Amino acid sequence: MATRTETSAPEATKAPAKAIEGRSLGRIAWTRLKRDKAAMAGGVVVILLILMAVFAPLIVSWFGHPPNEFHQDADLLAAELGGLPRGDFLFFENSGMSGDFLFGLEPQNGRDLFSEVVYGARVSLLIAFLATLVSVLIGSTLGVIAGFFGGIVDTVISFLMNVFLAFPLLLFAIALVGVLPDRAFGLSGNSLRIALLIFIIGFFNWPYIARIVRGQTLSLREREFVDAARSLGARGPYIIVKEMLPNLVAPILVYATLLIPTNILFEAALSFLGVGVQRQVVGEPGVTWGGLLADAARNSVVHFMFFPGMAIFITVLAFNLFGDGLRDALDPKSKR
Amino acid sequence: MVTFFIRRTIGAALMLFVVSISTFLIFFGLPRLAGATPETFAARYLSRTADAHAQQVFAEKLGFYDPLWLQYWNWIKAVFVGTDYDYGTGIEHCAAPCFGYSFRTNHAVWDDLVDRLPVTVSLTVGASILWLLTGVAVGVLSALRKGSFFDRAAMTGALAGVSLPPYFTGLMFLYFFSYQFDLTAPGGTYVNFTDDPGEWAYSLILPWITLAMLNAAAYARFTRAGMLDTMGEDFIRTARAKGLHERVVVTKHGLRAALTPIITIFGLDVGLLLGGAILTESTFGLKGLGYFAIDAINKQDFPQIMGVTMFAAFFVVVANLIVDMLYAVVDPRVRLS
Repeated sequence: MATRTETSAPEATKAPAKAIEGRSLGRIAWTRLKRDKAAMAGGVVVILLILMAVFAPLIVSWFGHPPNEFHQDADLLAAELGGLPRGDFLFFENSGMSGDFLFGLEPQNGRDLFSEVVYGARVSLLIAFLATLVSVLIGSTLGVIAGFFGGIVDTVISFLMNVFLAFPLLLFAIALVGVLPDRAFGLSGNSLRIALLIFIIGFFNWPYIARIVRGQTLSLREREFVDAARSLGARGPYIIVKEMLPNLVAPILVYATLLIPTNILFEAALSFLGVGVQRQVVGEPGVTWGGLLADAARNSVVHFMFFPGMAIFITVLAFNLFGDGLRDALDPKSKR
Repeated sequence: MVTFFIRRTIGAALMLFVVSISTFLIFFGLPRLAGATPETFAARYLSRTADAHAQQVFAEKLGFYDPLWLQYWNWIKAVFVGTDYDYGTGIEHCAAPCFGYSFRTNHAVWDDLVDRLPVTVSLTVGASILWLLTGVAVGVLSALRKGSFFDRAAMTGALAGVSLPPYFTGLMFLYFFSYQFDLTAPGGTYVNFTDDPGEWAYSLILPWITLAMLNAAAYARFTRAGMLDTMGEDFIRTARAKGLHERVVVTKHGLRAALTPIITIFGLDVGLLLGGAILTESTFGLKGLGYFAIDAINKQDFPQIMGVTMFAAFFVVVANLIVDMLYAVVDPRVRLS
């Protein structure tokens, strides 16, 4: 990547006793990222969370009970306390926390909170990742088109972005999920809901990516290598794909990483408000962290709020840390 | 200047128009694709016992048999000039701005919205003052002591703050401060400011803190980045070279320049919140616009949903407009573009 030599040169001279060699942007970014402890910690947590989501059944079979199993024996749930679990742990009163139930029990139902939290990662991450993918696809396509062609195309797309930003987003998403039918596109139940949530969350977040891509494209368009390509007879689509896109990968990657936590929060908020993925009693449990919190709000038992809430917090924080680090690592102007 | 203002105002009006069309299509067009008929729409206004004939008559009266564009036209006309509804028992006049009547309660949507507004405004005003002050203060201190312990602690805290969902912090606050320690008002309390200002603040303190925490964290991050940028500018060096006091350099030269983008974001955030702080309101059971919206959506009350969405979009667009205009007044470069 010839255009980046000016950033790799000073880096290379810093390393003493090593022969000066050309390093790719990716390698520079990686060395920087490795030095950033917070970002690396975030990255490790992200990987662990993904593993947790993928291997949820296995983890639950080792450390807990299936998420759809009800444990309502009298020695676990206290009927005289309205179904609150027996047993305290630290300040988690009436949590039922024990070696058998790591995060305690759900009041009344007596489901294993640990396995519910583990399963919650599945819905959360699946929706967040795929919704981000939708935003990135729509956002970068429209952003490049607006930035590259300019003129009336740019005006229309920019106006569209502003319209989307003027929508009360959350309100709209809730309303949309509510208004749509129970069965459509050959899907039904939770699979339809998940598909809808991915589409809605992704569809409403594209302007953020588009704005950044558009700005980058605007400045890239004026660069010499684009002029050179054009003078060699290259046409619009070729220039976009072969000349622009490689230079846009870094910002798109960074903002996609930072969009994931936003989408996790968005999904959790929808679930908290009761329009997310619905809890099932058989089959794939469809547990969501937001949904658990909503149930907890009705019960006012602290462990029931604490663990799902912390799951959201840790996940979002890990993605934010990693995304921030990635931005610093990939930004050639970063003053580290 | 005047042309700029006019152009922006027309742009804002156009934007509201597009938002209203899309909202209308989603709530009145989409259900049709999903199989809803004019009769089922009318059925929402009637009791469950109403027969098919009554539904047809009512659908006719409310214009549900009209093509969509005509329905939209009637809707928007009512907003501007009001309309008359013939319910059979007599003609009811709905004065402009008329957003129609609720499917369920038959209350005028506009009256309900105006009713709920004070709660949301109270929540927004208190929280926004709180987060602006704390966020900017922390951001400035962090930027001035870049790399210090305070900076690192504050920025870690801020990152944690933006990662915390408000309903989680809200629930935890309620649990500890209201139910365990009995320091604050329990969820669902709201006292009008005009009735008792002290009680009003007491009942809102937890929602304020919850909402402010989230935004203060974000503002601290913005302010720090902005301050760092500004303090590296040439005019700051010039100011220092002139021998100005460091305090004057920071407040009059640095902060003023760094605050302009913050104020922009602030304006937009306040606009967004005035349309309903959905999560905070539903966590604390405050019956503001956000609560109203959720309620309307859960009950599939389309006139209410339409009204509250437009109300919220209106605040966002107007906030945008005000910010743009203030910007043009403050910063002459804006008008040139």
